[in-house]
Amino acid sequence: MNPHRRSPFILVAMVLVYIFLYAPIVGLVLYSFNASRTNVTFEGFIPSFSGRVVMDGSLVKSAPCGPFHWYCDLAKNSDVLEAAGNTLTIAFTAIILSTIIGTMAALALQRYEFRIKPFTQLSLYIPIVIPEIVMGIGILTLFSQFFGWFNGLLGLTGDARLSMGIVTVTISHIAFMVPFVTLVVQARLQGFDKAYEEAAMDLGANEWITFRRVTFPMILPGVLSGALLAFTLSLDDFVITFFTNGPGSTTLPIYVYGLLRRIITPQVNALSTVWILIVFLAVLLLQWIQSREAKPQH
Amino acid sequence: MKEFAVELRDVVKKFITPEGNELNAVDHVDMQIRNGEFFSMLGSSGCGKTTSLRMIAGFEWPTEGEVYIEGKPMGHTPPFQRKVNTVFQSYALFQHMSVYQNVAFGLEMEGAQKEEIKKRVMRALEMVQLIGMENRRPKQLSGGQQQRVALARALVKTPDVLLLDEPLGALDLKLRKEMQLELKALQQQLGITFIYVTHDQEEALTMSDRIAVMSKGKVMQMGSPAEIYERPRNRFVAEFIGESNFLEGQIKSLSANEASVFIPALNAEVTGTPASEGLVHGEQVFVSIRPEKIHLTEHSARLNTFEGEITSTVYIGSNTHVVVHIGDVRLKVWEQNRISRLEPSSFYTIGQKVDLMLMPENTLVLKKD
Amino acid sequence: MLKRLRENKSAQGTLLALPTTIWMFILLILPLLLTLVISFGKRSPDGEVIFTFSLDNYIRLLGFSSDCAGGQASCFDPLYMQILGRSLMLAFNTTVIVIAMAYPLAYFIARADPKRRNTFLFMVLIPLWTNFVIRVYAWMMLLRKEGAINLIIGTVAHWLGINFVPLELLYTPGAVLVGMVYEFLPFMILPIFTSLEKIENSLYEAAADLGASPFKTFLRVTLPLSMPGVVAGTILVFIPVMGTFIVSDILGGRQYILVGNLIQRQFLDARDPAFGSAASLILMVMTLIVTYFYTRKFGFGEEIVAA
Repeated sequence: MNPHRRSPFILVAMVLVYIFLYAPIVGLVLYSFNASRTNVTFEGFIPSFSGRVVMDGSLVKSAPCGPFHWYCDLAKNSDVLEAAGNTLTIAFTAIILSTIIGTMAALALQRYEFRIKPFTQLSLYIPIVIPEIVMGIGILTLFSQFFGWFNGLLGLTGDARLSMGIVTVTISHIAFMVPFVTLVVQARLQGFDKAYEEAAMDLGANEWITFRRVTFPMILPGVLSGALLAFTLSLDDFVITFFTNGPGSTTLPIYVYGLLRRIITPQVNALSTVWILIVFLAVLLLQWIQSREAKPQH
Repeated sequence: MKEFAVELRDVVKKFITPEGNELNAVDHVDMQIRNGEFFSMLGSSGCGKTTSLRMIAGFEWPTEGEVYIEGKPMGHTPPFQRKVNTVFQSYALFQHMSVYQNVAFGLEMEGAQKEEIKKRVMRALEMVQLIGMENRRPKQLSGGQQQRVALARALVKTPDVLLLDEPLGALDLKLRKEMQLELKALQQQLGITFIYVTHDQEEALTMSDRIAVMSKGKVMQMGSPAEIYERPRNRFVAEFIGESNFLEGQIKSLSANEASVFIPALNAEVTGTPASEGLVHGEQVFVSIRPEKIHLTEHSARLNTFEGEITSTVYIGSNTHVVVHIGDVRLKVWEQNRISRLEPSSFYTIGQKVDLMLMPENTLVLKKD
Repeated sequence: MLKRLRENKSAQGTLLALPTTIWMFILLILPLLLTLVISFGKRSPDGEVIFTFSLDNYIRLLGFSSDCAGGQASCFDPLYMQILGRSLMLAFNTTVIVIAMAYPLAYFIARADPKRRNTFLFMVLIPLWTNFVIRVYAWMMLLRKEGAINLIIGTVAHWLGINFVPLELLYTPGAVLVGMVYEFLPFMILPIFTSLEKIENSLYEAAADLGASPFKTFLRVTLPLSMPGVVAGTILVFIPVMGTFIVSDILGGRQYILVGNLIQRQFLDARDPAFGSAASLILMVMTLIVTYFYTRKFGFGEEIVAA
């Protein structure tokens, strides 16, 4: 029996599903080069470069960046830049904290028996089995009730009041990132042979040195892929951010959502294309880490 | 019924290695396996034994040559249309099915009636002593029990040939020895052909009617356990099965059943039996003799007898392992302890001079490559 | 102090797990409890919550309206039950379609040449990790009257000489279904792939060896052994579809309301958090019940971690 023999049905199904997955993306990228400002139909590429933007009705005839006009436009859009800045600030802060506490929790769950263990475990599984919107409005209610109580208590008014913003978004992101970091690191720890640590202790290393010199380097690939996964979750998040953001903490997904309800220019497509490109590189990086992990080390 | 249950004729199987090189996993192999015999393929990992077995089962197809089962060329016949069944090294038991369901699976595929299936499954389980375990899941069984389920699952199909791929590899030594005897008894009772793949020479010698010793995709020698052990045809087989002493030399005279070889290290001629095919006069050869076949005697002056000095002696209970040096030549000699060695005056001490006698029929002349 | 901690394994574990546990308690358990409390509350005229104990919100959700035409004290208004039913149906349909599309692809990838397998998987991950909002937007562009789908059908019709009026594809229930399928397809492919990949080749060989044809091998061995992946995928698809509001918002138009839209509007437009909380709890209970019975029937695989 040839193990690689496949039926034509599977082959056709595979091609169709991949087309289904990629057709929207290809369309999106194509329209980011659209000469038409209204972006309703594809009017061809912007044909030429020139010192300034030349318009003919809603058609861009030539521009300083030529076909890449909308990308240049995007780079000058201060709202986009601010949203991108917010997105990255939130993701980086959240990733550092969630990786640290998530890795600690993974170690605890995998290695120790303690009284609150069932509770910890349960609280990490709940986000998987409830819709995100339930968590989102719950956190919104918590913050608004707490802020209302706190502001009233201290008699704060105006700008001094506590309100939703980049801090609440970051805190909330950590809450949904930690379960993923913990699960990924825990999976990594499952295959970990305790004999390595016993050997280190046998050779005179205390618990901390053993962790720093033996355990941590060995689980590092797991921690990194957990962190990267959580990072992309943070970049991608819409629902939680939607309910916890405030003035000045708009992230890219929120910004794009806002645009979709107004006029859509090819700039949105350009932004999407840049985003897809970044995701592409991130996935590539993740795969590289995992393939390095899979190879035997010499 | 044909004489041969399975035949491999000039079979080649090429694989592409991960580095992109072509590799002959099985390299022009010819094998005839007789009906009703217990046949073993013996060799270390990568010698092509498992690949050969998989080609008989139909999981792989030969790149060149042909596999015949009951005289019929198999071509690209899929495994589910071959009258052979396999006991897998990993057992490959279906974890989502009970023991009963695992064993019944093959009969269901034949479209057997429910009653018939039940009767045959229970008979097969009885044969491997697993009555009462029908409803367990494979994971709930010990390694030995899982092994029996795998055996029952294959045997219930009443195959012409049963293929076993290192079936005892995962069991501990004691259980392995028990199962070896059980398997052999089962094979004799059923009278069907067993083709058995193993890397364990003792296992092969214990169970087999005939053995094919394989290396690097080629059959090095095929024969009964005694033939393989007593008359290895080349140095590989002599070394792989049991232990042997090797001396380098040159053929000085040669007849059909006797050869005289000059050994420079001994500065003497040794008379032996030609064991390799195609030996010629004047050829550089190895002389091979097994440690237990060397006689240690006190001074005598007979054929093939050399004086040496004992340099080490190890008492291991049933035997004493002695190392004797004749000049620079080092020979291992195993003496059976037929007499008590309790007394300090026992036979062997370091520095003692002894005579070694090499019987010509046990002294084998082998080709150099 | 350090010495005592060294000997007390349980204290070490507690200490390590404490930050996560506290965080998850404050941002997950506490909000859920608060939601429960508020769901029994009432709306004040300025959109704040009045804490009290009343079942009004739940009674309203069940269809007993207190705001009736003709001055009746109560009447039956199935609006919210319809929304719940619509969401359930949509989640069910999406899951079935996604399984039908994901299984062949996952099967193909799992049995592909190991060297190419990663590339095929990579091609599934790219759409998965492209932003959710962007993916909905992509479908909005395709489904518009002037979009690619109408353009292609129109061109074909033109060649054939048929008069073609562009179809209204956007802002229809069908558009929401397509959008949901697209959003969640990768979440099904990955767990099914993981469970298929785990099946050892020797099991396929054993089935063939025992006389099973490839089709029977698929039915009796491959399919049952990949069920954990299908179950995990179903959970990863069904639950979010039940709660998502962006897809219906953008592709379904203002008239197409799912539970997610209902909840969101209570918090941001209608300013009735109490009613929104009640709806949110009903949604949570519904998904938990479905998940519970579903996993009890088919078992819960570790495949869920893979995606």
